[in-house]
Amino acid sequence: MTRTLLRGLILAAALLLPLGAGAQAQELQVTIDNFTFAPAELKVKVGDTVTWTNRDDIPHTVVSAGKFRSKAMDTDNTFSFTFTSAGDYKYFCSLHPHMTGMIKVE
Amino acid sequence: MSDHDHHDEERGLSRRTVLECMTCAGTGVLWTISGGVPHSLGLVEAANAAETSSMTFMQISDSHVGFDKPANPNALGTLEEAINKVKAMPKKPSFMIHTGDISHLSKASEFDDADRIISQAKLDVHYVPGEHDFLDEEIKFYKDRYGKGTKGAGYYSFDANGVHFVGLVNVVDLKAGGLGNLGAEQLAWLADDLKGKSKSTPVVFFAHIPLWTVYPQWGWGTEDGARALELVKGFGSVTVLNGHIHQVMQKVEGNVTFHTARSTAFPQPAPGTAPSPGPMKVEDAKLRSVLGIASIDFKQGDQKLAIIDTPLAG
Repeated sequence: MTRTLLRGLILAAALLLPLGAGAQAQELQVTIDNFTFAPAELKVKVGDTVTWTNRDDIPHTVVSAGKFRSKAMDTDNTFSFTFTSAGDYKYFCSLHPHMTGMIKVE
Repeated sequence: MSDHDHHDEERGLSRRTVLECMTCAGTGVLWTISGGVPHSLGLVEAANAAETSSMTFMQISDSHVGFDKPANPNALGTLEEAINKVKAMPKKPSFMIHTGDISHLSKASEFDDADRIISQAKLDVHYVPGEHDFLDEEIKFYKDRYGKGTKGAGYYSFDANGVHFVGLVNVVDLKAGGLGNLGAEQLAWLADDLKGKSKSTPVVFFAHIPLWTVYPQWGWGTEDGARALELVKGFGSVTVLNGHIHQVMQKVEGNVTFHTARSTAFPQPAPGTAPSPGPMKVEDAKLRSVLGIASIDFKQGDQKLAIIDTPLAG
C-alpha cells in the first residue's frame, strides 16, 4: 500500500517537472485583424504556448529572427510556439513588415 | 510620409486628376513611350497613339490567382477577362510585364492556372515577383518558372525599341517595421547595369511594391527606392511602374513618372481610408470598374510614354 502511494507520488512529481516549479503552463492567443497583432505586446511565463490566428483575408506570417518563423497563414490558419526561455521576443510579419509585435517571457 | 504630406498630395491632385481621368476611360493601362516619357492616355488618344507608335506594351498586376474571398470569389475569372482585353487590343502589343502577386499563396496549382490564362495573350511576359509569389516552403516555384536568367531573387534588364527595361525585386529580406527593400546587392547590380547608358536612353523600372513612398503606415513604399532613382538622375525619361496597392496612382517628378496599375483580382482602399490595406469589398456590379490592366505606348522621337489604365468594365 505505502509502496504504491510512493510510486504514485514519484510519478506525479515526474509529470509536474517539465512544467517548472509546478506552475500550470498556459495557452495564450494573439489574433491578427486588419494587419494588426492584438495584443501587440503579451507577457507570458516560461513554458507558455502562444497561438496566433490570422483573421484577415490576406496571408500573414509571424517571424522572430533566429527564434521562430511560421509558414504563411491563410485566413483562419494558426501558428503556435512554446516559449522555453525568458526574454523579449520581437516579431513581425515578413510579408507586411509594418506589422510588429512583442512577446515578453518571464 | 506624414498625414500632412498626404493631404498636400491630395491638394496637388488637380493636375493629376486630369491624368487620372484620362486613365479612367479605358480598360487597361496603355503605356505609350514617346521619345522616352511614358504617358497615360484616354481611349481615343490611345487609339491614335497606337496607329503611329512604334511600340506598345501591356502591364498587368496582382492577379492573386487562388484568391476566393468575398472581395472577389473568382480571381481567376477576372484575370481571364483582363487577358481578353489584351487580346482585343486593336494593335498587338510587343510584350507584357507582370508586376507581381501572380499567385495568392504560391501554390503550384495557382501558378499553373495563371500560366494557362496569361499564355492565352500569346505575348512574351516579363515578370517580377510579389510577396505572394514567395510563400512556398522552399521558395522555388517562382524562380523555377520565371527566374531563369535572372539575378538574385529575380531581377534583370532588357532592351526593347531603344528603351531600357529593368525588372527589380523589392519583396525579399524585408525588415521589421520597414518597407519594401531592394538591398545592397541589387543596387550594386543596377549601378553596373546602367553604367555607360546614354542619358537619353529612356528607362523603365518595374517592381511590385511602389518604389516611391505612397503610404508608409501601410508599408506602401520601398526603403531604398530613392537609391535606385539616384542612379538614373539626369536621364531624360524615367518611368517607374508598380503594382501592390491595387489602384491607379500616378505622380510626376521632373523627368520621372511613377505609376501603379490596378489589380486584376480585387481592389484595395485609398491610403488611410480604411482600418487596413486588406481586400476591399465593393458592390458586385462595381467590381469590374476597379480592376483592370494598363497599356503603355512608346513613340520614337516623341518625349512621352503614354499610359492607359483600362478597367475591366465601366
